[in-house]
Amino acid sequence: MEQSQKKTSRIGVFVCHCGVNIGGVVNVPEVVEYAKTLPDVVYAEDNLYTCSSDGLNKIKESIAKYNLNRVIVASCTPRTHEPLFRATCEEAGVNKYLFEMANIREHCSWAHMHEHERATEKAKDIVRMAVAKARLLQPQTEPEIDVTPSALVIGGGISGIIAALCLADQRFKVSLVEKEPELGGMLRNLHKLYPTMQDASEGLEHFIQAVKSNKSIDVFTSTVVKEVKGFIGNFKVTLQKGNSETANLDIGTIVVATGATIFEPVGMYGYGEHENVITQLQLERLLKEGQLKKPEKVVMIQCVGSREEKGRTYCSRVCCMTALKNAMFIRELYPETDVYLLYRDLQTYGQHYEHHHREAQEKGIRFIKYAQEKPPEVVAGKNGKLEVNVYHALLGEQIKIESDLVVLSTPLIQHKDAKELSKMLKVPLGSDGFFFEAHVKLRPIEFATDGIYVCGTAHSPKDTAESVSQAFGVASRAAIPMALKRLRTEAITALVDEDLCSGCRICEAVCEYSAIEMQEKEGKQTSKVLEALCKGCGTCGASCPTGAITMRHFTDNQLVAQVRAAPQVAKEVTKHD
Amino acid sequence: MTEEFEPKIVGFLCNWCSYAGADLAGVSRIQYPPNLRIIRVMCSGRVDPAFILEAFRSGADGVLIAGCHPGDCHYIAGNYKAQRRGILLKKLLEQFGVEPQRLKIEFVSASEGAKFAAVVKEMVETIKKLGPSPLKVQMEGLTYASG
Repeated sequence: MEQSQKKTSRIGVFVCHCGVNIGGVVNVPEVVEYAKTLPDVVYAEDNLYTCSSDGLNKIKESIAKYNLNRVIVASCTPRTHEPLFRATCEEAGVNKYLFEMANIREHCSWAHMHEHERATEKAKDIVRMAVAKARLLQPQTEPEIDVTPSALVIGGGISGIIAALCLADQRFKVSLVEKEPELGGMLRNLHKLYPTMQDASEGLEHFIQAVKSNKSIDVFTSTVVKEVKGFIGNFKVTLQKGNSETANLDIGTIVVATGATIFEPVGMYGYGEHENVITQLQLERLLKEGQLKKPEKVVMIQCVGSREEKGRTYCSRVCCMTALKNAMFIRELYPETDVYLLYRDLQTYGQHYEHHHREAQEKGIRFIKYAQEKPPEVVAGKNGKLEVNVYHALLGEQIKIESDLVVLSTPLIQHKDAKELSKMLKVPLGSDGFFFEAHVKLRPIEFATDGIYVCGTAHSPKDTAESVSQAFGVASRAAIPMALKRLRTEAITALVDEDLCSGCRICEAVCEYSAIEMQEKEGKQTSKVLEALCKGCGTCGASCPTGAITMRHFTDNQLVAQVRAAPQVAKEVTKHD
Repeated sequence: MTEEFEPKIVGFLCNWCSYAGADLAGVSRIQYPPNLRIIRVMCSGRVDPAFILEAFRSGADGVLIAGCHPGDCHYIAGNYKAQRRGILLKKLLEQFGVEPQRLKIEFVSASEGAKFAAVVKEMVETIKKLGPSPLKVQMEGLTYASG
């Protein structure tokens, strides 16, 4: 496939300032001048933003004007911007596999902000390595695949329910899988929803009925995902109900909506030791079932097991509003009851929430700010009461509260079995345990792996309104490949040169996808790649002792060229080539 | 040599975990020394031991291979293969007179920006202590002799 190598490469290099993101650290004009000295580079320029329509037009114009057949953009990470630049190249008649990206932002200017000279040298090196690879790039044709018009939604809480309904509305088949015996997730345990204070069960029941009566949605309760194979458009999913019963599904796209659970604060503030130390979630159940007996004084403690120095460092986002909501509800129920709210920072962010804070103050909730290094203490008091000792950080004095009930606001945390699902789907969990999106701002509800999406609290703590918004978003994203019906997939697959192949079968043994099979030709055993099964990892290529395997777009030649270009000193390069 | 020795390290990073981890280090503005030159591969399993030897032959002072954590490989088990090859290769390097610490195999996930930066920092420190790669010293000597 490397026969057209004789044709001379004509490379254009576009170096992006990215405003001050790159240009404020790296000397971009110097990198441009350096790029011009590199072999086969016939044109180089800098752009304020190469990804702007101006920048993209400059690429297209330059391709025509200088007859470019290779394009390099030195800017940010290919993980977000490669598709855009590739599409621009295609528009100008350059095969998208003849585009190469040099990451001088994430891997350079942002990581070496105070070392301008060395960052500039590194940027030159990165561009030189990109040129070394680009010279050897080959055009590729992408195979087309069919997409099964059927979605799998994992998790039957409010996020999964909304996503399933919304996909079904678009006339796609949906399989909704819930590990518990009933749909509803976390909302089943909640009393009222802020900011509207409507019953949590009210909205939920309506949606559960809608799901159950929708003919496009198959609901699997008490069921878990056992195995996931395949890739976007063609997932093979095995479900398991109980210990024996299994179902096999052909799936086009997958939505992860597995939700979260709450942190059990065993051993903190007397939880597990005193009966009247409970979590907000337990309080929700008491209120929902009308079981809360009139307390004289209630103390709520915020940030229990969240915003820690290590471990759960994150803010759980919903606890401040949940505590305010429940505090006000207790005051409404029992106006003589005093409610104290012990907080580190009260975060009633956004459009609808700040006035709840004011309202709570007006309703006589007593706010006491405590410092992380001086947390409150809860000990047994007289007559079965609890004694809460807290250092009031604003007054600067120690306060003692005789309380009947202590309520701990604990964070939402990831389910224990998420790790298993993450491995099954080949999608990552973040350091906080939640599912980790492809890009926090640009691709917030999809994974880097094509065809798999995430919404709701599986992704991070969020409230019902936010989860529902994400569920609508995810249903739209997950519908796109199914609506297109056919997709082009990456042409990064392996190719065997039968003349070089010795038939040793090592590649067959290392391939995890059974994408290599042996064939006999003129009495000689050689291996053959089944393109539809090949995922393009390149493990076979690295294992072939005779060099018979070419990994498209990551060939030995291309990678070795990058390797050789890497350790050179910028000044030496023209001499070497 | 009055200037401080600044090692050049070649890093092979898998697209799905470690390259994304390096991106996150940048996005989070975590600062680390600018000694690493990154080559993106789809999987750490793609890294042919010949590439690593080629890097040392071309004058690299160190080589980093970073892939997904065990069990997390986007391609099921390419990272295990990279690790096995790496262990064997360290033995080979030793026989060539190259300190095995110059080759590092690490697992860095897409969410471990801080870990990525720490790995690079530590590797740069290790190699600074070792000094320039003996292969480079040898070859530079040869270059001067023949030139």
